[in-house]
Amino acid sequence: MKKLINTPESVLDDALTGVAAAHPELTVDRENHVIHRADAPRPGKVALISGGGSGHEPLHGGFVGPGMLDAACPGEVFTSPVPDQVLAALRATDGGAGAVLIVKNYTGDVLNFSLAAELAAEEGIEVRTVLVNDDVAVEDSTYTAGRRGTGATVVVEKVAGALAERGAKAAEVASVAERAVAASRSFAVALTAATTPAAGRPGFDLPEDQIEVGVGIHGEPGRRREPLRPARELVAEVVETILADHTLTAGDEVIALVNGMGGTPLIELYIVHGEVAARLAERGITIARALVGNYVTSLDMAGFSLTLTKADPELLELWDAPARTPALHRP
Amino acid sequence: MRYDLDRELALGWLRAAAAAVERRHEELTALDAAIGDGDHGSNLRRGFAAVITALDALPADASPGTVLTKAGSTLISKVGGASGPLYGSALRGVGAALPAPSADLTELAQALRAGLGAVQKLGGAVVGDKTMVDAFEPAVAALERAAFDGFTLREASALAAEAAEAGARATIPLQARKGRASYLGPRSIGHQDPGATSTALLFRALADAVVS
Repeated sequence: MKKLINTPESVLDDALTGVAAAHPELTVDRENHVIHRADAPRPGKVALISGGGSGHEPLHGGFVGPGMLDAACPGEVFTSPVPDQVLAALRATDGGAGAVLIVKNYTGDVLNFSLAAELAAEEGIEVRTVLVNDDVAVEDSTYTAGRRGTGATVVVEKVAGALAERGAKAAEVASVAERAVAASRSFAVALTAATTPAAGRPGFDLPEDQIEVGVGIHGEPGRRREPLRPARELVAEVVETILADHTLTAGDEVIALVNGMGGTPLIELYIVHGEVAARLAERGITIARALVGNYVTSLDMAGFSLTLTKADPELLELWDAPARTPALHRP
Repeated sequence: MRYDLDRELALGWLRAAAAAVERRHEELTALDAAIGDGDHGSNLRRGFAAVITALDALPADASPGTVLTKAGSTLISKVGGASGPLYGSALRGVGAALPAPSADLTELAQALRAGLGAVQKLGGAVVGDKTMVDAFEPAVAALERAAFDGFTLREASALAAEAAEAGARATIPLQARKGRASYLGPRSIGHQDPGATSTALLFRALADAVVS
């Protein structure tokens, strides 16, 4: 393992030190492991809070700021935050208008955020929770923990954040977030496995010419293993898989996110995006807005995920609204 | 030889559990890497280290229930992931059922049944889902049978540890239906569940604490 760390145990603390030094517009609560807007709490504004395991940067701390999140709770690497952390974030951002928690659908995240929501309710903070579950690689059935939350989280945090910034009520913010979840589907492919600092070796062994198809963002293996193929064939299959699960038809518009997993060069992500655009054009689907880059990463994993969100005028308008965060900036 | 669960045995159990996690965290992490995200050992290690610190701050007259409840709250506050809330709620459930200064085998079995109930209420898993419940349920059932048959705490805790270990091994051919391993579908078959393995480790720690 070659990593720019001090010790595996101090990764989160040391990274938060860097975030605090780089972003004076954010407040980093080192004791509770919370990143929040320096101007929090904002009276009368719904607090939009997210969080999850670390290792997915810029998610979530990189999306804290005007127009997106009020606070983020980073857990240890690939480990959900604890309830105390989420409660500290709720207290720091409570402007009296309630809070909306954006939670990616993983057992640990769901349990810890729901325990925090119970504690906050006892303190009189009204909390709503929106689950993000966009990953079509997982069958949503009683035989699984349900679909994982992945790339759609960026879309959800952007549109809900824009609406919250305008003074919308908590129910309205939660409602648009749920609408964005319902309109989104994602699928991911890994070329290499991620190495967590604590484990020190890749989460799974992948031969040079093999890829994992249908991976999540925590280093777990995917649904199946396949030989590596040219980007054109691979992307065509990914687009097919998503469309088979989506309600998109000719004439529809989408927000397309081609997301790098952390270890893939941007030039390859643009090759992928070009193929995505071509495949969608063949079906008469228009990419109304595109985002290409590393937004929901999995440490040093190489690979990409594709998220397609069916667009409508309201979602597009909120997507275009101003945002000022470390990782996403809209004038 | 101990006949009852008192404050001293509750502390001994948690210390034996912490030592076992310290000894075997790499094995737990390796099991988790195969079908999860490879952090089960390091998360429990961080949690039980915090438990040991928290226990030192408890008053000398704390009941066994208070000791276990404090350990559970500490795991919830320090671990994260699914294992923090699940093991934390389990210990809180056990602790809440043990208000007296000591508990006999029947009362201990009832308390552990309550702890299992807390886990199942939170996580929704049943036997066969390839989770910690696959080790927890047979261990509690073994304790209950042993109590009914008039066994000593020493015999009963050894039977519970064996039942938990057998339950953990029995997860190998199962396909996971809960938690992160469920994302793998049939690929989760052939691997022992890390949560069932750590549960077996905790029951073995109880048996060890009873004889020491």
